[in-house]
Amino acid sequence: MSDISSKFAVGVNPFAKKRSGIADKLIMVVLISCASVAILATIGIVMSLIFETIRFFEQVPITDFLFGTHWSPQTAITAEVVGSSGAFGAVPLITGTLLISFIAMLIATPLGLASAVYLAEFASSRTRSIAKPLLEMLAGIPSVVYGFFAALTIAPFIRNTGATAGFEISSESALAAGIAMGIMVVPLVSSLSDDVINSVPQSLRDASLGMGATHAETVRKVVLPAAVPGIAGSLLLATSSAIGETMIVVMAAGLAANLTLNPFEAVTTVTVQIVTLLTGDQEFDSAKTLSAFALGLFLFVITLILNVIALKIVNHFREQYD
Amino acid sequence: MTNPFSTEAAGLQGRHTSERLFKLSGLAAIIFAIGFLAVMVGSIAWTGSGALRESVIQLTVDLGPDNVDPSDVDGASYRTIVRDALKASFPDVKSRKDRRKLYGLLSPDAALELKQYVRDNPDAVGQVVNVWLLASDDADIYLKGGVDTSLEESQRKFSDAEVSWVDSLTESGQTKRQFNKRFFTNGDSREPELAGILSSLVGSALTLVICFLISFPMGVGAAIYLEEFAKKNRWSEFVEVNINNLAAVPSIVFGLLGLAIFLNFFGLPRSSPLVGGMVLALMTLPTIIIASRASLRAVPPSIREAALGIGASRIQTTFHHVTPLALPGMLTGAIVGMARALGETAPLLMIGMVAFIADVPKGFLDSATALPVQIFLWADAPQRGFLEKTSAAIIVLLLFLVLMNLLAVVLRRKFERRF
Amino acid sequence: MLNNSVESEQKMSEFEKTLDENGPIIQAKGVEVYYGEKQALFGIDIDFQKHQVTSLIGPSGCGKSTFLRCINRMNDLVDIARVEGQVIIENQDIYSKDVDVVALRAHVGMVFQKPNPFPKSIYDNVAYGPRIHKTVTSKDEMDYVVEHSLKRAGLWDEVKDRLQEQGTGLSGGQQQRLCIARAIAIEPKVILMDEPCSALDPIATAVVEELIDELRERFTIIIVTHSMQQAARVSQKTAFFHLGNLVEHGDTDQIFTNPQDDRTENYITGRIG
Repeated sequence: MSDISSKFAVGVNPFAKKRSGIADKLIMVVLISCASVAILATIGIVMSLIFETIRFFEQVPITDFLFGTHWSPQTAITAEVVGSSGAFGAVPLITGTLLISFIAMLIATPLGLASAVYLAEFASSRTRSIAKPLLEMLAGIPSVVYGFFAALTIAPFIRNTGATAGFEISSESALAAGIAMGIMVVPLVSSLSDDVINSVPQSLRDASLGMGATHAETVRKVVLPAAVPGIAGSLLLATSSAIGETMIVVMAAGLAANLTLNPFEAVTTVTVQIVTLLTGDQEFDSAKTLSAFALGLFLFVITLILNVIALKIVNHFREQYD
Repeated sequence: MTNPFSTEAAGLQGRHTSERLFKLSGLAAIIFAIGFLAVMVGSIAWTGSGALRESVIQLTVDLGPDNVDPSDVDGASYRTIVRDALKASFPDVKSRKDRRKLYGLLSPDAALELKQYVRDNPDAVGQVVNVWLLASDDADIYLKGGVDTSLEESQRKFSDAEVSWVDSLTESGQTKRQFNKRFFTNGDSREPELAGILSSLVGSALTLVICFLISFPMGVGAAIYLEEFAKKNRWSEFVEVNINNLAAVPSIVFGLLGLAIFLNFFGLPRSSPLVGGMVLALMTLPTIIIASRASLRAVPPSIREAALGIGASRIQTTFHHVTPLALPGMLTGAIVGMARALGETAPLLMIGMVAFIADVPKGFLDSATALPVQIFLWADAPQRGFLEKTSAAIIVLLLFLVLMNLLAVVLRRKFERRF
Repeated sequence: MLNNSVESEQKMSEFEKTLDENGPIIQAKGVEVYYGEKQALFGIDIDFQKHQVTSLIGPSGCGKSTFLRCINRMNDLVDIARVEGQVIIENQDIYSKDVDVVALRAHVGMVFQKPNPFPKSIYDNVAYGPRIHKTVTSKDEMDYVVEHSLKRAGLWDEVKDRLQEQGTGLSGGQQQRLCIARAIAIEPKVILMDEPCSALDPIATAVVEELIDELRERFTIIIVTHSMQQAARVSQKTAFFHLGNLVEHGDTDQIFTNPQDDRTENYITGRIG
């Protein structure tokens, strides 16, 4: 008590700004550095990828990498080329990645959208409370499990089906990996689309139902068209995660860098090659090792662009109906 | 009077049918996706359940003085004793090639097992005893019915001779299956019947400890700063954009970061849980920051105003009043993040946690592998015996994931507060 | 093309003839609505005459909107809502089992409180109803219906040069008239309006009110409003709701000048509200 009253003694400003202690300052410094880690991580990623990529392009011309159609980093092109430099044309890897992601989205888009529409528009709250967590579980299962299932069950199934139908399908096919990946991203598509569909205002549904449209007509002709931008955003996010997915393709897609769009053939992807290049014995300065970082940079840039676009679209959509 | 509003009068049958079809297609999509999940997990669990049982073969071994010197029990050649016992059981087998096949019915570890048996039962020395010894993976697969004997002999790995030997052992009651403790107590092995998940499980645990120790305090710190102190300006916006983008970076890119910076630049030990945990921590950070911010936001402003109103400083308010209330939500987010980190494989491949690790890692700097990486390695292994091990390891991994997510749900329920 | 337009014109006039006979088009008998345990409407009995505008007035929460939504069964969309009693339209109880709400709502259109044009072009907004009900098949006929509906909604001159622009880009009053055009494009018998001017400025309100009066020639209109001035301006009949009861209904003039019930008088004079 006496302590407080003394503060109000004549000549002392009782409201004087307390000097913030060293402890307080220290706490703020710690908190700010915690927040900066996210930036440091991004800088770290960009730096490590760019530096190694530059060193790679010192050994292999960038045009060969971006436009070359032959990928075989392990073997020398000709006997005259000294060292271990091989062919570093990334085109087959990029087409392989796109082919598998395309198959995945071909599976995930209808499944995810139809699930989202059903959950958001038709399901009872009981069904919703059961089906939603079950669908989310698909996203919670590690990709190594999907890879194992794709290689062990889906691929032989496709091959046997093909054999009975009379044509030959390789045991590692783009299709098997694409199917597994498609199922894995279904919850991503469905939960994002579910949100988007729910944010379409009820007044639009009322207007349509009020003039005698059936619920399905309302969904098809009013709700979904209104939700298109948001749905497009969710599909882009799903595509980005399919492109960056590694384990499924490592285990089920194969290593052969075929330049093909045939889903029944084995293709390889950017991520598969990164893993292959960096998991053997490696000399750190060889073009072979460095090329993995160039591929990594490519992957980083592509997924970043997709994500930025997707987030922009989704945010714009949200603001529209807020 | 006819009803002008009936379905028939208005000719609406077609529209209602298409409505039903539309609804049905949505339901079908959900059922398909969940059915896929059920088939996948179910078939893996079915295959994996086999790994819980191991086959053993009973042999009559001679531990007489010719074979085991009672004064030097450890010095005896148990390999020879086991082989002699097999030879004695099948005296017809003469050729070297066939004998080698015969020896192959037992695991290479059988000799060690016998040695252990003798150590545990010193009384058995000098006697002829019946002991159960571990069968090899090929014999194990045959005993579990995994060999299709209707196939041409050349089409299968298990020859007719081996089939007849095992059959005759089974007839005389010399084979049985028992609980496979080894799967949970052994590290990795080149022999499927000896391989276990302990080393990778410990590796995963060590990695997650590092991951948690780094990502949780940092994530919470970043969340507190952004939510409670940061002014809305370019800088805080930039941090936010960074966090969102980091959340979407493919996991393998984090592996490249770990390889280039942690291993090559800082020279931290390759294959170690320390580096693995650091890489996974960066990956988990956005999840924890986002969850922590949400749970800070859920603390009503009235709590802050109450504390500030009685003269607490901003820092005191945050740390004494707001953060404790938000902590359960933050922990829930952290557990969900850890569960995701536990299933992560690709970045660990980049930093060399993909080595063959037979021994249980003892510290954060030892070479180690993680459970999902072990699954990847076994899935790649040529021996068929690894098939059920891989599946069983997946089931163990999924069980851990389910447990962690349940823990998160329970935590959320228990501390859920309605302000 | 010309033929089609002429045909449609003929169709319209035939339709008009069928509406010409006088008499009640809608009869509500003992309508009660429950939201779960809570009763929101108590035994409502009221007839609505053809080609008249009826206002439903009363303090907020009195059940006027709830009652309006009973007439085209929009309450079906609320899971916990339960409706008892009868609503008879054209000698048919619309709550009987063999009534298809889709068919019903094609005859009983609705305009909502907040303008809610679809995020489509102005043309597609108006064409929406005819398309889903397949009442119009050819492009020319559709052009005619769209033009005609927009004209009747008094919007044609303002939008005829930008039919392909988004309906959401119009001003609030224009949006509401677009919604009215959308509702009349399928030629309903009855149009329900749920506080159609509450989101509009006074000038836009005046335009819509004028429109309502014109529409009376072809449609029966029931309008919920919280503005007594509006009720007095646009309607021939007025019904006053209070706490879920229909207190009084009759000619608008009579309700406003000579109310029979104290509660009505109190409301009109501003003592409750």
